[in-house]
Amino acid sequence: MNHPLPPETADHALATGERLPKSERTEFSPEAIAEIQAIAAKYPDKLAATLPALYVAQRDFGFVSLDAMKAVARALSIPEGHVFGVASFYTLYQKKPVGKFHLQVCTNISCALNGSAEFLEKVCKKTGCKPGGGPSPDGMWSVEEAECLASCASGPCMQVNTDVYDENIDDAKLNEILQACERGEYREWGL
Amino acid sequence: MTNFRTKPDHQRYTFEGFGSDKYPNLMLRGAGDLNNWPMAVYISKHEGYVAAKKALQMEPVAVTEEVKTSGIRGRGGAGFPAGLKWSFMPKDTPERKLTRYVVCNADEGEPGTFKDRAIMEYNPHQVIEGMIIAAWAMQCKMGFIYVRGEFLWLIEKLEHAIQEAKEAGFLGKDIQGTGWDFDLLVHRGAGAYICGEETALLNSLEGRRGEPRVKPPFPAVKGAFGQPTTINNVETLAAVPAILRMGGAEFAKIGRPKNTGTRVFGLSGHVKRPGLYELPLGLPLDFIMNDLAGGSSTGKKIKAVIPGGASAPVFSEKEFGTLMDFDSVRDAGSMAGSGGIIMLDEDTCMVQACLRLIRFYAHESCGQCTPCREGCNWMEMILHRIEHGQGRMEDLDLLASITPNIAGKTLCPLGDAACGPMDSMLQKFRPEFEHHITHKTCMVKGPRLLANVGGH
Ligand SMILES: Cc1cc2nc3c(=O)[nH]c(=O)nc-3n(C[C@H](O)[C@H](O)[C@H](O)COP(=O)(O)O)c2cc1C
Ligand code: SF4
Ligand code: FES
Repeated sequence: MNHPLPPETADHALATGERLPKSERTEFSPEAIAEIQAIAAKYPDKLAATLPALYVAQRDFGFVSLDAMKAVARALSIPEGHVFGVASFYTLYQKKPVGKFHLQVCTNISCALNGSAEFLEKVCKKTGCKPGGGPSPDGMWSVEEAECLASCASGPCMQVNTDVYDENIDDAKLNEILQACERGEYREWGL
Repeated sequence: MTNFRTKPDHQRYTFEGFGSDKYPNLMLRGAGDLNNWPMAVYISKHEGYVAAKKALQMEPVAVTEEVKTSGIRGRGGAGFPAGLKWSFMPKDTPERKLTRYVVCNADEGEPGTFKDRAIMEYNPHQVIEGMIIAAWAMQCKMGFIYVRGEFLWLIEKLEHAIQEAKEAGFLGKDIQGTGWDFDLLVHRGAGAYICGEETALLNSLEGRRGEPRVKPPFPAVKGAFGQPTTINNVETLAAVPAILRMGGAEFAKIGRPKNTGTRVFGLSGHVKRPGLYELPLGLPLDFIMNDLAGGSSTGKKIKAVIPGGASAPVFSEKEFGTLMDFDSVRDAGSMAGSGGIIMLDEDTCMVQACLRLIRFYAHESCGQCTPCREGCNWMEMILHRIEHGQGRMEDLDLLASITPNIAGKTLCPLGDAACGPMDSMLQKFRPEFEHHITHKTCMVKGPRLLANVGGH
């Protein structure tokens, strides 16, 4: 008997045998290096700057490519393998390019009870994206299923890039949000 | 560049009678007012930094004693008495000077929990003041606030508030003329529920993968950067100023014996008035659900309640009278956990709800222990096929046989956390699982809980 398997989790760092996409850049900008060094100085140990440095890399490179990880390792003089291990562990580091507006929809239990399943379907339909499936052809959107965003009493909820959450989203509000993105009223990815 | 919240907040933070003697408001002062957070407001309206000034004139041990007297138990999940935890921190000896740290756990990720976010949004100074007092009591050199990565705007707000406190002489060198130095650093997480577990949090703070550590050594002995460390939840620390202000004994009069004080409950799911309710510990669940929060939002009967965040075993109707405090909820077979109360109406398919929760744990398992990593994935697969009409009756026994092989056999409590919902849902709502297997479809006709979009 052929049993259905749950689909592979889309935000897995890498499927077996999959290669990480390359970023355009291979080096940090000088400002980024200075920023990382300033961060490292605040901690008792420079290794602790790995997470914040990866955020700087994500902003600087657009996403956390293999070259971005190597650059972090160089900037902090820590092993490349360590940086890769960390970058692949955490879901907020995008190992693949995302759209200008990365939409993260909570589908966890409280939101699901308030209709987040249908909401996610609508978001996908409107943007032409699949969760975790990379940016839309025009590069505007990407969609990701998020776990609980701590907005449980006001679902369905969604985070656009790193903005303050949008909550209690109905159809009209979803349209408004997408239009506001198109008008440039939300910060673009990486800014 | 600052990015404070300007979007209106439609969340509910209050109810009739809130702020009276019966329902004291200690944690959510000014919640809902986006201009409530600056230091000037905190000082002028909410008795801000009165407690810190008082504590700094006391002996550090006396501060810990006061917190012990208050009886406050940790609001992060485990409910461990905070004062006792503080007293485990080793003291300096003439031969050995120690570097101690205090860490605030603001990784809030337990599904159904959204209280820490509100406290930091509206009262960041209350958390900072709590940390200063805790750090003084334990004579810490530095404090870290570990905030989940999604809360970027709150991180900016906290950093701003820290700057204000520094300028007012409550952080930095020689605080309020005591000769004691203390500073705070905000650390941004990067999207991993497991980093809420205290030792995983420490690894993440040190720049490593968020994998829980083997205990012992406990953090009080070997914590952040190898030094003695105490980790407390946002709400626990935010309660500390109130305890110092009113005195531990007075605080202990709120609630019930061994379960003292107020706690911020979050009501979500099928509830008419969802939101945060700060309540004395020990009120009956049905009173909170019906009298305060207005009962079901769908007009349908509530058939199940998750009483303490997603990891807590589910309650069915006969447990709705349970008093909401740590001991009573435990005695009723669940856990008070993080205070997130999730209500499910009778049209909710429990198989889907269970699959949704187990998928969360399968996704968030850090992968260190085989029982948790494989067991959660296995349960997800079995539930998935039941949900898709391809289950077999033996699957139910199979599911029941997996949990005893996870619970108690893993490094950290995430394994147990996955077993609680699984076991309780299967036990209390078995007919729904059986119906799914025999009829290949849900027993009830509520809206779907799982999206059909491919991926994930
Ligand atoms: C899987 C897992 C996730 C947790 N997540 C959180 C969390 O998000 N926030 C929190 O404060 N405690 C969380 N905890 C509990 C912490 O390990 C720890 O008990 C708590 O921060 C201690 O603070 P308290 O004594 O003030 O409650 C989690 C525990 C586990 C096992
Ligand atoms: S129980 Fe699960 S989450 Fe916890 S350490 Fe083991 S594998 Fe990691
Ligand atoms: S369940 Fe969606 S925000 Fe918590």
